[in-house]
Amino acid sequence: MARLLVPVATRKGLWILEADARRRSWRMEGPHFLGQVVNHAVIDPRDRRTLLAAVKAGHLGHTIYRSEDFGRTWEEASRPPAFEKAEGGESVSHVFWLAPAHASERDRWYAGTSPQGLFVSEDAGRTWSGMAGFNANPDRRKWIGDAQDAPPDGGTLHSIHVDPNNSRHMYFGCSSGGVFESRDHGATWHPFNRGCAADFLADPKAEYGHDPHCLRVHPVSGDVYQQNHCGIYRLDRARGRWDRIGRHMPLEIGDVGFPMVLHPRDPETAWVFPMDGGTVWPRMPIQGRPAAYRTRDGGATWERQDRGLPPAQAWFTVKRQAMAADSFDPVGLYFGTTGGEVWASFDEGASWRCLTLHLPHVYAIEAARVD
Amino acid sequence: MKVLLPTPLAEYTRHRREVEAAGDTLAELLVDLDRRYPGLRFRVIDEQGAIRPHIKIFVNRVQARSLALALAASDEVLVVAALSGG
Repeated sequence: MARLLVPVATRKGLWILEADARRRSWRMEGPHFLGQVVNHAVIDPRDRRTLLAAVKAGHLGHTIYRSEDFGRTWEEASRPPAFEKAEGGESVSHVFWLAPAHASERDRWYAGTSPQGLFVSEDAGRTWSGMAGFNANPDRRKWIGDAQDAPPDGGTLHSIHVDPNNSRHMYFGCSSGGVFESRDHGATWHPFNRGCAADFLADPKAEYGHDPHCLRVHPVSGDVYQQNHCGIYRLDRARGRWDRIGRHMPLEIGDVGFPMVLHPRDPETAWVFPMDGGTVWPRMPIQGRPAAYRTRDGGATWERQDRGLPPAQAWFTVKRQAMAADSFDPVGLYFGTTGGEVWASFDEGASWRCLTLHLPHVYAIEAARVD
Repeated sequence: MKVLLPTPLAEYTRHRREVEAAGDTLAELLVDLDRRYPGLRFRVIDEQGAIRPHIKIFVNRVQARSLALALAASDEVLVVAALSGG
């Protein structure tokens, strides 16, 4: 019988929420890696079994663990992601993003790191190698800038996605750096930011240097969306540029935020979770009233979805990896907060309920169907 | 020689805080430790061969700044993981 697992990666460990297909009763299992930073934990949708977790203790180097029994036992990667040794070479601080490769490429995974590096595993996460097409690219330093250009927690490479219709066609986001695209399986990359605002750069039409918070590729159609530092965008493939669909959000809400989630079957339906991007950029729900916003027409219109969420005085942040959709019908949505809450909706955002409280600061959430 | 390890590394040594390892230099000692306890070295030394920021290594209670430091069989090596943040 189908089950649903929701790995909740936090600043101090990993927990796994579990429900049956009806999603009525939930149980929580964990902690795993108690006290260690878990930036991302992902169950492989190809075998519905392999679970990878990006782990770093506050005082030790990072690593990746893998499990084939949903966390009952863990095996550490024998060669975690690491840059090539070189004079003045960089060191991976932590793995920020884990992504299974195309459905046809069993056992191939990608990892994005801080500082911005791209890594690949061909053996389901046991050993990792750098992808020279980006890591050794002579333009990489120009694209990602230096420490002055990075967010306070360091620059990250995230949102690694593969076109569902072409395993060689890939995307990722760099904060900072922007969106990058490859059409040759990661051998070469080019910036892909035309149309995106970057109000923190001197050149409003800069080719790179943007800050895509969360890039998503539709798992069926291959449509591409992003929640960017400056707004919400959808890729107009024919014109080769991004359209700011966030312009259709209510003016008093704006279109700043971190996560973005796509409907698993309908490429016109997506959710965002707006954050206050005014004044000093508080990055919390506008006026302390959290809400998801949904579009069902590719961003032309948006509707507020806050039933069941705190009506006022709720001051948390939902991070870029901390919101996910399941593949059930109707779609279930999940988000975690910096205050350690996990919220869920089982009616595509129409109403919300709190699944758990009192976890550490939530970094990432995924939802995976397993059998 | 005797090597004392901090609790964050205990899972690599089946929770033994005091282990034996050999090497003529600190670098060799860490390679031997990793052979005995796979994965341990990378959590302490980064890919460029540098001691990670919150790790300190002491040889006979003197902080080691370089992995090239020569060791004798009678030395005592202490690895410390400095806790940081809340």
